[in-house]
Amino acid sequence: MEDKKIRVMVAKPGLDGHDRGARVLARCFRDAGFEVIYTGCHQTPEQIVAAAIQEDVDLVGLSCLSGAHRYLFPRVVELLKQHGADDITVIGGGIIPDQDFQMLYDAGLKAIFTPGASLDSIVEWVKTNVKPMP
Amino acid sequence: MTPKQEDIEKAKRIRKGDVRTASRLIRNIEDQIPEAKTTIKHIFPHTGKAHIIGITGPPGAGKSTLADALIGSFREKNKTVGVLAVDPTSPFTGGALLGDRIRMQRHAEDHGVFVRSLATRGALGGLSKAVGDAVHVLDAMGKDIIIIETVGTGQQEVEIINHSHTVIVVLVPGMGDEIQAIKAGIMEIADIFVINKADRDGSRQLYAELMAMLDMANISSDGWRPPIIRIENVFEPISFQKKLEELSGKIEGHFQYLMDSQLLGDRLRRKSMMEINEALRASILEPVLKELAENGELEMMAEKLIQKKSDPYSLAEEIAGRYLKNVP
Repeated sequence: MEDKKIRVMVAKPGLDGHDRGARVLARCFRDAGFEVIYTGCHQTPEQIVAAAIQEDVDLVGLSCLSGAHRYLFPRVVELLKQHGADDITVIGGGIIPDQDFQMLYDAGLKAIFTPGASLDSIVEWVKTNVKPMP
Repeated sequence: MTPKQEDIEKAKRIRKGDVRTASRLIRNIEDQIPEAKTTIKHIFPHTGKAHIIGITGPPGAGKSTLADALIGSFREKNKTVGVLAVDPTSPFTGGALLGDRIRMQRHAEDHGVFVRSLATRGALGGLSKAVGDAVHVLDAMGKDIIIIETVGTGQQEVEIINHSHTVIVVLVPGMGDEIQAIKAGIMEIADIFVINKADRDGSRQLYAELMAMLDMANISSDGWRPPIIRIENVFEPISFQKKLEELSGKIEGHFQYLMDSQLLGDRLRRKSMMEINEALRASILEPVLKELAENGELEMMAEKLIQKKSDPYSLAEEIAGRYLKNVP
């Protein structure tokens, strides 16, 4: 009997080892009934994209607290496009200044969550905006 | 394109090693989408070339780290590797945290390596129901080596033997007394034992217990005595590398042994039996159960049992009489 699940990857690009937030989110996605792949810290965008395709995820959630999001986040979207996998939704979170939001949306990110965003609101956003791929 | 052509196209792309098509097919297998079966039919004739290695053992024993090291060692020999890493599904929410991949991410960009995480989705044998067909997908992609990593296992999760040529049981010191070593179940299925973290206390004792267990066992049944490899410290590259070479030598040696003896045939037969069993269950039992559930009959039957108006065997015979032409 068919049993479709949302598959999510939580990834930490760049040289930033602060992954408490990413872990909390991974756990929270698990509790929401998703299948969650966590890549661990210090990933290059290339590694993240290769893993996302091998794992056939519906969503990649990027976490960055180092300030390098202006390069790393758009690079992930761009590489997904290059691999014909731009049907995978990309969202981001971490320490992201307000003035960078537009630049990230323009680059193709679908949502940004910063400190203060409730876990419920993130799960709700995913449930509304991400459907398991056909 | 007709659906049939589409399936043939998909199968072709998988045989050329297309990662997206392969990973989507594995997903459809997991989700039990009926069309996935059609694609499997097209790739099945092209499977059977890979050496399938199972890695099992208790949680935290170092299965993923060992898998990562083995990937590296096989890649040095120019062999391509596919990995299926299984982690548990929550019985409460249906969600899963698939974390084996963390240990293997250094291979993410290597085109010769394909790593896929699977959740158990309620399966009890330490694997996912999708493992059998997912192995076929990796095999058809042309992977020389396929590594299946089970969930952290206890004593009883031995499903891995139905899927692999070579089973590695990974143990760590300090998990119990010598009686644990002679119990049935997981201790019987090893083709190779690895004692991981062997720099810890109790490693010599565990080694001695395993040796004693193997001395007692009737190894003449297949003639292969499982070697025991002690791997000390993953952070000491020189000694670790040496042990790793020893392990990969034993893995190759075991496969050679299977091929030289009748054992490979036996294992293939065991696997084929299991596959037929599962396919029959899926095409006979599941549609019947689905119909009975949908028309409410299942519920009514349960009620009859509760009120002692009937028993499970009479009910099953009645249903079998209705659905099957020849009931013995």
